[in-house]
Amino acid sequence: MSILTPHRGTQAVYAINPVAKIGAAFVLSLTLILSIDWVSAAVALVLEGILFLWAGLTPRVFFLRTLPVWIAAPAAGLTTILYGRPSGETYFQFWLVHVTDGSIELGIATLLRVLAIGLPAVVLFVTVDPTDLADGLAQVLHLPNRFVLGGLAGLRLVGLFLDDWRSLKLARRARGVGDSGRIRRFASLGFALLVLSIRRGSKLATAMEARGFGSPIKRTYARASTFGWRETLLIVIAAAVALTAVAVSVSTGHWNFIGSTG
Amino acid sequence: MQTTTATLKVASAAATGKYRWRVVDIIVASVIGVASGLIFWAWGQAWNPLSAPLEALAPGLGALLGGGWLFAGVLGGLIIRKPGAAVYTEVLAAVVSMLIGTQWGILTLLSGVVQGIGAEVVFALFLYANFKLYVAMLAGAGAGLALAINDLIVSYPGSDTPFVVIYTVSSIVSGIVLAGLLSWLAVKGLARTGALSRFAAGRQASVRV
Amino acid sequence: MVGGADVSARGWGWRHAGRAAWAVSELDLEIAAGERVLLLGASGAGKSTLISALAGVLGGADEGEQAGSLLVGGGRPEDARGRVGLLLQDPDSQVMLARVGDDVAFGCENLGVPRDEIWRRVASALDAVGLHLPLSHPTSELSGGQKQRLALAGVLAMQPQLLLLDEPTANLDPQGVVEVRDSVARVLEHSEATFVVIEHRVEIWRHLVDRVIVLAPGGGVLADGSPEAVLASRGAELAASGVWVPEYPPARPARASRASRLGRGLSATSGEAAAPDCGRQGGLISAQLPRVAGKLAEQRWPIERERAGVGAGAAAAAADTRVDGVLLSARELAVARMKGHPVATDLALDIEAGTALAITGANGAGKSTLALTLAGLLAPARGTLQASEAFASGAASEPIRWKSRELLTRVGTVFQDPEHQFLAQTVRDELAVGPRALRLPRAQIDERVDELLERLRLTRLAAANPFTLSGGEKRRLSVATVLATRPSVLVLDEPTFGQDSRTWAELVALLAELLDTGTALVAVTHDAAFVDALADREFRMPDRPTPSVPAPAPADSQPHPTLTPTAHPLPDLQITKSAPKSRGKGGFRDPLPGARAGEGT
Repeated sequence: MSILTPHRGTQAVYAINPVAKIGAAFVLSLTLILSIDWVSAAVALVLEGILFLWAGLTPRVFFLRTLPVWIAAPAAGLTTILYGRPSGETYFQFWLVHVTDGSIELGIATLLRVLAIGLPAVVLFVTVDPTDLADGLAQVLHLPNRFVLGGLAGLRLVGLFLDDWRSLKLARRARGVGDSGRIRRFASLGFALLVLSIRRGSKLATAMEARGFGSPIKRTYARASTFGWRETLLIVIAAAVALTAVAVSVSTGHWNFIGSTG
Repeated sequence: MQTTTATLKVASAAATGKYRWRVVDIIVASVIGVASGLIFWAWGQAWNPLSAPLEALAPGLGALLGGGWLFAGVLGGLIIRKPGAAVYTEVLAAVVSMLIGTQWGILTLLSGVVQGIGAEVVFALFLYANFKLYVAMLAGAGAGLALAINDLIVSYPGSDTPFVVIYTVSSIVSGIVLAGLLSWLAVKGLARTGALSRFAAGRQASVRV
Repeated sequence: MVGGADVSARGWGWRHAGRAAWAVSELDLEIAAGERVLLLGASGAGKSTLISALAGVLGGADEGEQAGSLLVGGGRPEDARGRVGLLLQDPDSQVMLARVGDDVAFGCENLGVPRDEIWRRVASALDAVGLHLPLSHPTSELSGGQKQRLALAGVLAMQPQLLLLDEPTANLDPQGVVEVRDSVARVLEHSEATFVVIEHRVEIWRHLVDRVIVLAPGGGVLADGSPEAVLASRGAELAASGVWVPEYPPARPARASRASRLGRGLSATSGEAAAPDCGRQGGLISAQLPRVAGKLAEQRWPIERERAGVGAGAAAAAADTRVDGVLLSARELAVARMKGHPVATDLALDIEAGTALAITGANGAGKSTLALTLAGLLAPARGTLQASEAFASGAASEPIRWKSRELLTRVGTVFQDPEHQFLAQTVRDELAVGPRALRLPRAQIDERVDELLERLRLTRLAAANPFTLSGGEKRRLSVATVLATRPSVLVLDEPTFGQDSRTWAELVALLAELLDTGTALVAVTHDAAFVDALADREFRMPDRPTPSVPAPAPADSQPHPTLTPTAHPLPDLQITKSAPKSRGKGGFRDPLPGARAGEGT
């Protein structure tokens, strides 16, 4: 469960309805993917950087949790520099590799965009409690509650799956097949995990059904999930960041709708 | 998903319509989604070093690994056999890997939705009545195509034509093999273990064995 | 609490979809409102099917076929949601939500109980089961016994008129068993609900029920009446079918050679301590055996009969590669499942050929972690674990550096959950995995596999998928897979957990024979009877300085309950105190006089 245990941070951020956090991340991300240009990404990134100061994360937690994004961004940027649509002066060419002015600009834009999209999502999700998320999805967004709660119950099994995974690995070593090829071992472990998890799932389904889950009675909720001014504010902030980024990009002539212009 | 919710509202508890999700369907689909989400996440961690040599061979060839994020939907569809199963499992898997933390942030969720629909469309075309190997492979191909479209817009918007072609073909091939073929084999193996005894997918296979 | 619901079965039967045989058939049964019933029967008699049906969770028409009628409170069980509460066996599969309060509230939410009323019920249900924890306490940090009590609270909050328990303590350690039993007892004191429990350990519930019903394997009821009457008339029969009946404990192997083995293997064995042990054991066996002998003799393992002529058999054939003396020695050993988080430190112990070492201790003390480290599967966090030169026989001196294949002939590990070790599609292939990894010639592999199939009564199942076996069969198979490569050291993690008395007896007899041929045994166990029957020494894990579970309810605080899950022939037997011979921080008992050890340290 450790990976999915929310980081509480400050109460102000933790207490915001997770639905609003997802909404904010969506508003921001969906706006930013509309264009690939370094200006909109950079503007968004700077504004986000300022807002992160209120996210309630220590620098250590922030960098630990966002590390994958910091690794992925340069990787994605480099791919685009090497293979991006060529334009302007050519610096280097080998087979399909074609480094040009244009591809370098696209590459930098890609790098910034990955950061601008990835970082706020991680920061917002680090403080999401799955139970609160499910409450929000069912009560605020009115998604079908059987599916929301089923997903939530499945999520609770993550800790058990990780334990299973460790035991399965040890057991393979004990059975004399622990040194076989990596791919074969991964496939065999994945399958075994699937068998164990489906069995667990079937048992869990019986237990949940025995507690009235899925009955035709209209369900009540022990915890209220509300959408108030804090939630609205968060979405407004996200929209403001997105609009500012677009406005600056368009006004400086950098806006590039889904990379339509090289 | 639309049709699913509509069906749920119409059907009372007494109804045992073919398309109605039982509790065990929902929970096992959830469990598959969650377990797949863990594998998605691990796959994402391994993806960068693995894709680098492929990319060095030809740009876009890294998409050959994309199937590692496509199998959840096909697997869910093959086991549950209900409308929405592919989308539900694929989305849930994406959400789980997103909550753990991926480099793609909220866009992971978007990928999940798009890829799930890619597989779902194929199962729907066969009216949720045919789950043979070729259907599984087609569903994998559908998910692969969806992945390519989504990635080329979201992640590699500035790409040149050779990259687009290689990326799309690689995604589809990967979808067919990693998501289609492997999922079908997994369901066959699962049926033999008796884990699917409460599902039509498990009972048919076990009769054959 | 609300009143009870009655149960009525008329010619009732159920056949699971895709099966040829009926799980239950021709059942006629009336249970009056408020009755307390213990439901017994051999494995496969359909107990669980019946209880699932009563709870209305068997599934619809596509999942099986029903015959006759089954009514709860006059109505169909499916329509009685909320009036029937069901507690299942596996603690981990019954926790639905992440926080204690939310989990208890779950059932009430589904029944549409208003919010204020839900929280009132949650509080009183938690109180009823004696789980005094904050509502926001994470459910993932509960012990097995606490999880079961939590699930019970969730069931009680629904205010059921029929309370069903399906082997609720089978996956629990002795402490958990007592916790759950006491909670149920407390609940029943204040309840008028009808109560039905399935359990293969009779003594846990016999004093809480007023009626015992035994289901016949073919269908119908075999016996029905007061606990005393049924156990008196059918006790021996039930014991033979695997039910733990206190008056008929499973046979234990006569271990006359223990003294001589000790003399060979152990340096410091005091005869005065060993003697009373043998005496007691001998006495027990002679006192108890005759009564069950008739029933058990026909089912006893071939080993038992072959024992006189130890010339044939896997274990005997393995003896040619045996090494004597100390095989493994640990010094200042710290063990950890995850890097940087040692669960036990400063351990010192030796594993000697031909002797059995029991590792005991509280939950979370690191027993399994130690066992897996000794088995060469986990790297020591600190300190050393050295294999003797003869034992390593050419491989590195630290087991963790052995190749996976090198482990096979040296250390065999039987995991707590057999399913974790299964790799193949059939039982036969499963047994061949190890020998194949050793690259033995085909003929030899077949020979070993056939022999093991025969000895562990698995021949009939050779073509079956390992995952489809019953609990006892899975356990036998997991042991057999390990024996196929004939390791010098056998490490077992809770080998008798949840096993019926028949499998228990078979397992103990087999292990005793392996010991006699020089195999070293290391067993993590909570099972006092197992320790008593086999262990030469007991290594008690030092208690952890900071327990992960916060202040437990009063029922938790007994370190060792007087009630043990395994049928002990003498329930009132008190601990035989022995001066523990301490090495390191872990307590060593060397040898084991009473073996009901643990108390007082």
